[in-house]
Amino acid sequence: MDLITPDLGLLFWTGLVFVLLLFLLTKFAWKPILNMVNTREQKITEALELAEKTKAEMQQLAAQNEELLKEARATRDTMIKEAKSTADKMVEDAKSKAKEEAEKVIENARVSINAEKVAAVAELKAQMAAFSIEIAEKVVRENLSSDEKQKTLADKLVGEINLN
Amino acid sequence: MIGQNTIKSVLLAISVLLVSLVSFAETTHKKDELELEHEFDISGLIMHHIKDAHEIHLWGGAHDGVSIYLPIILLDNGTKVFSSSHLYHGEEMTAEDHATHETIHYTVGVGPAEGYALYHEKIYKLDNGELHFEDGHPHNAKPTSLSMTKNVIVLLIVALLVCWFAFSTAKYYKKNGAVAPKGIAKFIEPLVIFVRDDIAKDNIGEHKYMKYTPYLLTIFFFILTGNLLGLLPMLGANLTGNITITFFLAVCTLLATVFSGNKNYWKHIFATPGVPKPLLIIMMPIELVGILTKPFALMIRLFANMTAGHVIILAFVGIIFINKNIAWGALSVPMALFISVLEILVAFLQAYLFAMLSALFISAAVEEDHH
Repeated sequence: MDLITPDLGLLFWTGLVFVLLLFLLTKFAWKPILNMVNTREQKITEALELAEKTKAEMQQLAAQNEELLKEARATRDTMIKEAKSTADKMVEDAKSKAKEEAEKVIENARVSINAEKVAAVAELKAQMAAFSIEIAEKVVRENLSSDEKQKTLADKLVGEINLN
Repeated sequence: MIGQNTIKSVLLAISVLLVSLVSFAETTHKKDELELEHEFDISGLIMHHIKDAHEIHLWGGAHDGVSIYLPIILLDNGTKVFSSSHLYHGEEMTAEDHATHETIHYTVGVGPAEGYALYHEKIYKLDNGELHFEDGHPHNAKPTSLSMTKNVIVLLIVALLVCWFAFSTAKYYKKNGAVAPKGIAKFIEPLVIFVRDDIAKDNIGEHKYMKYTPYLLTIFFFILTGNLLGLLPMLGANLTGNITITFFLAVCTLLATVFSGNKNYWKHIFATPGVPKPLLIIMMPIELVGILTKPFALMIRLFANMTAGHVIILAFVGIIFINKNIAWGALSVPMALFISVLEILVAFLQAYLFAMLSALFISAAVEEDHH
């Protein structure tokens, strides 16, 4: 029965010690410890959040960089393309112009050659006509040197006319 | 990992030490009594061990042993303070039991302890210079005693130990700020967080747990330290296996519950919703008794668990002395070792259970209406 009967003296000391203990520990141990632990937990949470945010930002930045790079590459490609086409066009233009020029020169040459030719032919014709007249005069003069010869010729001519 | 291993090895060392010392201490203690009585009184030994005393018995027999005598404080026509050695080593007396007519030996106090006698660790006032026995119990009056008994000393040691590691932990954070714990803080902090998260927050809820966490922490560490200290053999402490201690702790939880009780809590007790009016006449007393049975169960659970552990260890060691053969040690020492290791688990488990159930009762008192 002793074993399960609370003892007044011990109860008094227990009460005194426990209440003191509760008060001291609460004030000087548990509250500071819990506060610090809470602060630390908050810090850790914040740090984790920050890390997560930074990571997201980094990812965004990397994506942006990629985008920029892509754009730059595209711009470069178009620029090269344009430059190439411009150069091609210039070469083409130069070529066609040169060709035109050459054709023009050739044409001019041809025209002048033709003119020369025509002039030459005309002169030749005129020369030929003069020569012909001279020859014809000489022939006529020869053929008409006697009457007989005149008559023969006349006949021959008449005969030719009849044939016609 | 290092911390865990250290704790493991420390616990192992404590348990090994414990078993060897318990066996050793009880060996020397009992040998003397054996010579005196030739009859080994195992239940007497066990009861003597688990009950309070006015001395801390270190070693040796009743007369030639070494003890620390504790102060006796009596409130009997003024305050009387003297050493318990005056009661233990007083004048030898014999008396005849009025009912059973057996002869009983006892000692009465001398010097400052004159007029008092100590019988089975209870202080009695002498009537005509002697004690009157009936059925083995003295029928003399008992003075109000606020003596510093063995349990009071152990109580103070427990309080100092808890203060020491709690203040060391608090000091560490004060010095270093909110950083990762080191040293003793590394050992205490997980327990503090365990009590806060798994006991207080889980049971009481997110909004109100902060108010009760210091109380739950205090009872958890107080009981845990008391339980573990009870496993140390030389001191022979059985603080948390003492009904007075568990009674007081249970009363604390009862008061915390009753004074935290909100409207909803009292409504459930005096007018349980959904119960027909005539039935309330029956329900109300049951609910009122329920307020008391919950802390009563707390009191009995801790007391019975801790006392039972001590009883089993002593009983196993006692096998050797009952059979008066050291060969029985081959059986009783491994068994006592096993129970001692189990007791370490029980020490943590009971501290956890007491705090957890306290939190549960408080949570019932502060719970908001969900209907």
